[in-house]
Amino acid sequence: MSLEGVASVRVMPEVRRGLWGAAWHGYARNPVRVVAAAAALLIVAASAFAPLLAPTRYDFATIEESLQQPSSRHWLGTDAIGRDVLSRLLYGGRTSLEVALAVVALAMLAGVPLGIAAGFAGGWIDYLVVRLIEVSTALPALLLAMLLISILGSGVGNVILALAVVAWIEPCRLMRAQALALRNRDFVEAAWALGASAGHLVWRHILPNTLGPLIVVITLTIPRMIFAEASLSFLGLGINDPLPSLGKMVSESVSYMQVYPVLGIAPTLMIALMVLTLTLVGDGLRDAMDPARGQRVGGLR
Amino acid sequence: MTARYLMGRVVGLVVALVTVSILAFLLMHAVPGGPFDETQSPLPPAAKANILRKYGLDQPLWVQYLRYVWHALHGDFGIPYQSPTETVLALIARVWSVTLPLGAIVVTISFTAGLALGILAALRHNTWLDNLLTSLATLGMTVPNFVIAIWLIYIFSVQLHWLPTGGWGEARLLIMPAVAYSLQPMAIVARYTRVAVLEALAGDYVRTALAKGLTPSRVVVRHVLRNALIPIVTLMGPMIPDLFTGSIFIEFTFRIPGLGKFFVTSIFQRDYPMIMATVLLVAFLWSVTYLLSDLLYVLIDPRVRVGERSR
Repeated sequence: MSLEGVASVRVMPEVRRGLWGAAWHGYARNPVRVVAAAAALLIVAASAFAPLLAPTRYDFATIEESLQQPSSRHWLGTDAIGRDVLSRLLYGGRTSLEVALAVVALAMLAGVPLGIAAGFAGGWIDYLVVRLIEVSTALPALLLAMLLISILGSGVGNVILALAVVAWIEPCRLMRAQALALRNRDFVEAAWALGASAGHLVWRHILPNTLGPLIVVITLTIPRMIFAEASLSFLGLGINDPLPSLGKMVSESVSYMQVYPVLGIAPTLMIALMVLTLTLVGDGLRDAMDPARGQRVGGLR
Repeated sequence: MTARYLMGRVVGLVVALVTVSILAFLLMHAVPGGPFDETQSPLPPAAKANILRKYGLDQPLWVQYLRYVWHALHGDFGIPYQSPTETVLALIARVWSVTLPLGAIVVTISFTAGLALGILAALRHNTWLDNLLTSLATLGMTVPNFVIAIWLIYIFSVQLHWLPTGGWGEARLLIMPAVAYSLQPMAIVARYTRVAVLEALAGDYVRTALAKGLTPSRVVVRHVLRNALIPIVTLMGPMIPDLFTGSIFIEFTFRIPGLGKFFVTSIFQRDYPMIMATVLLVAFLWSVTYLLSDLLYVLIDPRVRVGERSR
């Protein structure tokens, strides 16, 4: 047995990076994802700053100027009651983001504690949570949301509520699985043996170790909720007038497609760009932050 | 496969359906306002009481529910408020027969094309073709199908004038809805196929087969595909009821009088019997296909054993 080969194996000094540093390092390896992140940032900023960027308010209508083709005055033309399409597009993006962020916040508030409780405590809590998940997934997600809207009525608040009822399941499942996997790991058992309370174990040992996957679920849930809000509004079960929504703009455009195609093309492009770029960012983060997939930094090369 | 496992699954299925029906029933009756609340021309109280009695709406909730279940088990799902001259079952059969052919086309296109493209991408791993197909799959999976529908209308109706923007009754009217509706399931199938084939390609048995001199095409067909297809079949199974019950969005955009469009109308008109029946139909199809695809998985993959560990 010769040891010659060993000489060529060099132990690289481990590069110390925090969670975010390592994530960025893994993420930036793929140029497409950097472009996607830049585009996502641009769209999010344009939507967030809609009140500053939009030429008019979203509900400002001039009947004499209804149904105009794009011009220097109205870059994307006007809709059937003379509202500027560009302004409604930017405000519509803002509505989508607001709804998506609110849904994600609610879903995390409900899903994360439930999931951790189920996975960490086990027993009857786990049984109840698992049954709750089963019942909630006995119907397709969008159908469940539609049923809830049909009962609650449409409107921003009810859309957020109905989508949150659908969206809490994924973070809950993830946290349950993570808590189950981490519960019996040596470092948790050691802390427990040293007398740490359940709260301390969850807060200091379980939660920090689930941060990566949780961030990935959050980033991937946002485009899904933008998709869902657009779909509900498309059916007339979402945002109410005069507040603009991209989905509603699309369904209103269907009967004008032959003569004013820009009414349909503009909001569909906006929806596609939003969900596509945000999903690419989420996929990239998953590859970068998931230790099972990402490449190790440092160590043997 | 043991009988006990099968029994357990069937009981689970019935429990899930009963839960869904109770929840849907309660939710629907929790709504303020009923189907006979007229604001324009209020009915005399006596006439309204008569109508409520006719439809059994004056009974306590649990009586209404049990009565509903009893009738439903006998194949009677009531009479739709929106079309009182026929039964719910007849109405569903009528509108579903519009949706079914579209669903059949979509299943055929998306499954065959998805499989073919997925295999192609995996065999050309990390080439421009693979990258192109993967990007298209990401687009198809993330973008709502009504967005694709609008783009198709813009290209083929507005710009090229090849097809009308919507409608129903002619074969060529099926083209755009079928394409717009197929893209998402096709993308999902292609993406999973690609991963499954890549995983199978990395297997030792593939290296062995190549080493003993089999031609690459024979290895792919006989060894790679046989193993890669197992997880894909369980993926496709649950997609089928979804596709056969139609897309509300596609039917809305292309003005197709199918099941999805009627479901939305029912929601707007608070047509309880119609909503309940459609929800139960979807829940039933969903849980049955999940069960069937799990069983199929056990049947086609000899490595999977459920219930008692006999071997």
